[in-house]
Amino acid sequence: MTGAPSAAGSPRVWLAIVLIGVATYGFRLSFIHLFGRIDEVPARITRPLRYVPPAVLAALVLPDLLTLRPSLTATLLDERLIAGAVAGAVAWRTENIFATIAVGMTTLWLFRFVVFA
Amino acid sequence: MSDTLLDGDLWAGVRDVSPLMLGIVPFSLVAGIAAVDAGLGLAEAVGMSVIVFAGASQLAALDLLGSNAPLAVVVGTAVVINVRMVMYSASIAPYFADYGRRLRAGLAYVLTDQAYALSVAEFDRNSDRSRWRYYLGAGASLWVVWQIGTVVGVVVGAGVPDAWGLTFAVPLVFLALLVPAMKDRPSIAAGVSGGAVAVVAAGLPLNLGLLVGASTGIVAGLAAEVLGE
Repeated sequence: MTGAPSAAGSPRVWLAIVLIGVATYGFRLSFIHLFGRIDEVPARITRPLRYVPPAVLAALVLPDLLTLRPSLTATLLDERLIAGAVAGAVAWRTENIFATIAVGMTTLWLFRFVVFA
Repeated sequence: MSDTLLDGDLWAGVRDVSPLMLGIVPFSLVAGIAAVDAGLGLAEAVGMSVIVFAGASQLAALDLLGSNAPLAVVVGTAVVINVRMVMYSASIAPYFADYGRRLRAGLAYVLTDQAYALSVAEFDRNSDRSRWRYYLGAGASLWVVWQIGTVVGVVVGAGVPDAWGLTFAVPLVFLALLVPAMKDRPSIAAGVSGGAVAVVAAGLPLNLGLLVGASTGIVAGLAAEVLGE
């Protein structure tokens, strides 16, 4: 998550943007364009799709909150994990993005600049 | 119904989507901040928000671009996140079936989680609506706020010291999307196993941990669904 200035201005970034954009627009347009020819998406396709959001989001989030270290104490005493746990509880109770970010960032700063400082 | 641009149905879409901006504004700010952190300039950040216009996939792509992941991993991850749009497209398509091809192509561009959910609910409730106007009112509002938020995020992100860890907001946004997505046993199994495997596999090269974790999660969700039947 640290900055990589080398990525700036590179054709690689624009290529990624265009490829993702074209594929995403294709997904959006797919059935809106085709409708009339296909009535329903087969269950064989929709069933696994249901689990894409939780699986991908969790695989994105957890490594950013939790890094396995040699000792259990070192693994658990991590401001990112503590802030993530508190923010997760807020997300569960409120389902509000703003509240989740506000509480998560405040907890992170509290532990980074005060408790663990 | 009048033919002026801001007629009743378009305005109703704008009005109904406005409470959702409480979530979209911080989300778009984070997209701008994450773009700066990944080394993107303003043009690239806005280019991504205009061309891709799908928040979760943008954040994932930026995260991976910033850690110099291979292009195939960056694109593949974002594409997997956006496959869900096919479901929205299939679900909303019958409501747009009478419209011309150009209008449908334009409407497809602003298809998002929020515009989809709001519109389908409204179409079911109120059959008198001009559907494309209502949907466009919601979709275009989201688009405008998303672009403005990205620009503000880039400016803010460039001015705040790294020590503040502003990019920690990225996993927090994902967390806020993840928690409501884990609503039954199979989806909880998908999330828990996907996340656990991704943590253990975090050291794999080419950011393969993400792919391995996500695939494991999808299989676990399907397995839990079969076992629960």
